[in-house]
Amino acid sequence: MRHVISALVQNTPGVLAHVAGMFSARGFNIDSLVVGRTDDPRFSRMTIVAIGDDRTIEQVRKQLDKLVTVVRVRDFQDTEYVERDLMMLRVAATPEKRAEIIELVGLFRGRVIDVAKQSLTIELSGTEHKLEALIDLLRPYGIRELARTGVIAMQRGRQSDGRTEDDEQ
Amino acid sequence: MSNESSKSGKSYVGLTGAQMFNEMLVEEGVEVLFGVPGGVLLPIFDALHKSTVPFILTRHEQGAIHMADGLARSTGKVGCCLATSGPGATNLITGLANAYMDSVPLVAITGQVRSTLIGNDAFQEVDTTGITRPVTKHAVLVKKAEDIGRCMSEAFHIARTGRPGPVVVDIAVDATTAKLTEEPSLEHDLPGYRLKTTVHMRQIKMAVDAINEAQRPVLYVGGGVIISGATEALRALAHKARIPVTTTLMSMGTFDESDPLALQMLGMHGSASANYAVQDCDLLIAVGARFDDRVTGKVDTFAHKAKIVHIDIDATSISKNVRADIPVVGDAKDILEKMLPLIESKDRSQWLAQIAQWKAKYPFRYVPNAKVKPQAVIEAIGKLTNHDAIIATGVGQHQMWTAQFYGWRRPRQFISSGGLGTMGFGVPAAIGAQFGNPGKLVIDVDGDGSFSMTMVEIMTAVRYNQPVKIVVLDNNYLGMVRQWQELFYGKRYSGVHHPCPDLAGIARAMGATGLRVSEPSDVEDSIRTMINTEGPVVLVADVEPEENVFPMVAAGKSLHEMDMGRLA
Repeated sequence: MRHVISALVQNTPGVLAHVAGMFSARGFNIDSLVVGRTDDPRFSRMTIVAIGDDRTIEQVRKQLDKLVTVVRVRDFQDTEYVERDLMMLRVAATPEKRAEIIELVGLFRGRVIDVAKQSLTIELSGTEHKLEALIDLLRPYGIRELARTGVIAMQRGRQSDGRTEDDEQ
Repeated sequence: MSNESSKSGKSYVGLTGAQMFNEMLVEEGVEVLFGVPGGVLLPIFDALHKSTVPFILTRHEQGAIHMADGLARSTGKVGCCLATSGPGATNLITGLANAYMDSVPLVAITGQVRSTLIGNDAFQEVDTTGITRPVTKHAVLVKKAEDIGRCMSEAFHIARTGRPGPVVVDIAVDATTAKLTEEPSLEHDLPGYRLKTTVHMRQIKMAVDAINEAQRPVLYVGGGVIISGATEALRALAHKARIPVTTTLMSMGTFDESDPLALQMLGMHGSASANYAVQDCDLLIAVGARFDDRVTGKVDTFAHKAKIVHIDIDATSISKNVRADIPVVGDAKDILEKMLPLIESKDRSQWLAQIAQWKAKYPFRYVPNAKVKPQAVIEAIGKLTNHDAIIATGVGQHQMWTAQFYGWRRPRQFISSGGLGTMGFGVPAAIGAQFGNPGKLVIDVDGDGSFSMTMVEIMTAVRYNQPVKIVVLDNNYLGMVRQWQELFYGKRYSGVHHPCPDLAGIARAMGATGLRVSEPSDVEDSIRTMINTEGPVVLVADVEPEENVFPMVAAGKSLHEMDMGRLA
């Protein structure tokens, strides 16, 4: 089962090593781990996509919460949330194919951010599924380079007064 | 427990970082500081020169940290040790992992190279916080003098609260030489470290209902009971509800073994009565224990007839190895005290009769012969110390026999490496316990293998007049490994023969008294002589070389599939 877990962490040296080390030491599998600043310079936000059964994920959540530098942990499972992954992709594009590719990208609401003689660089954000769908469609043209940020997520607004983050049991 | 020192109104302006370090040792009530100096610690040692905190120079950093550990386990206070950068820090690793596995409150301070050199492979540089992070509760690097006070205060707070553990404070040398130009803030900045202070009453009620309904309950209690000071609450609850109690290696003595409800130790080398009771119970109440594999044996069949209540302050311990039906997260003492008035007095005579029958049929025992039996030595130590000494051990057969045969009466009496299984722990841990308990009798029961690893610290005991007694059960084998080779590898002894020179003579050369006993009839007298001799004493007992520890649950077997060995 895929879980998206968000951790608010102290913005101190070694936090990333601490979290990553815990995952490897305990044999937990992670699909992606994203770290970014928050509106408060004291804290960063980590978003982790982890795969495992309920018991494993429960351990992941608790082990994260146990780290001294981790302030709050939230598992988005069973909540209404939105998630986004951002991708940049350079695809081979001869002048003849260019229009075709741009049309495809347009259907996905992606943007062309760089045009070269033989390639196009595309920016697309969305769920992992959406990104993968476009990747599949562009693969026949020849993908030259691809970079993704990994997933970030947020609970939907109207539910924010529901389950609290500190609720442990 | 949080830091209040800024209220004292003391000004630290004008002090160097090293002097601030010393101020914090005093502030935190450190009674002794164990360690070894080194280049980057020179400013700190200059500050310690005038300190009221005595510094104990050990022969090796591992000795220093095990001493701090022994002091902490035997007193409940935070142990403290100091090591230099590079090899000093790496020599602490075993001791940190050891304390981490057994939830021992320690603060280890390490020197670090100049902050501007960090990352440049400077002389005696290692990434101390990086190396220690997986084996500590927390590890921080301090690069500025003004952070030393706060970081040390936080370290002591983290080490002693919640589920305790070791904390490393790695201090760059330039932070210790710099002067404080402004008043440093000692206010903790730990937004991610929240202590669980409230317990869900709903969970407590569920646990209580389960206990009141149970026909055949067993209390399985671990080190958390000792840490939280719940011994009395446990006794009261066990007696009111008439529930038998089994203790783990980490909690020997927290339930008086002379009590009819005592099942003694459970697990791989536990008592048959404890293991049978766990396998037959309909409710297992785990308190401050973590379902270690040496306790559970085959995990799928562990307590397979029972509903499981798990009380622990560490939420990660719950349902980690064995799924808990009723988890109760919080402080063991607090929870047991809240449960007590809700618990119904019960007779449970049928269950207790079954327990009594097992206890009568399967006591820990051994077959005497013409040689000195290691178990007999430990029984004699128990008897001659009135079961009241502080006993440290190394790791191996002697450790299991000590757990089985001493006869434990009170908490913080048994100082032993449980989770990590650190050979060599005994000698320094006993010395540390002696520092923490002046005037009390402290005995290290050791094996020749464990003893050999850290016996150098006898010099420390001699130098600082710490009258520890050390009994070496010398069988010229690494006995536990030999036992496994005997039982599971067709007696193909490989790498376990461990011939020893005259260990009593070595002890004498180090300034201790060295004694030796080889005849069963001399055992009691030699122990008496050891106890009555002033100063450190090493008593070497030449014991039956191929004695085995029984009962034994082989790896992968269920607790009720014990091998009773030649005792059956």
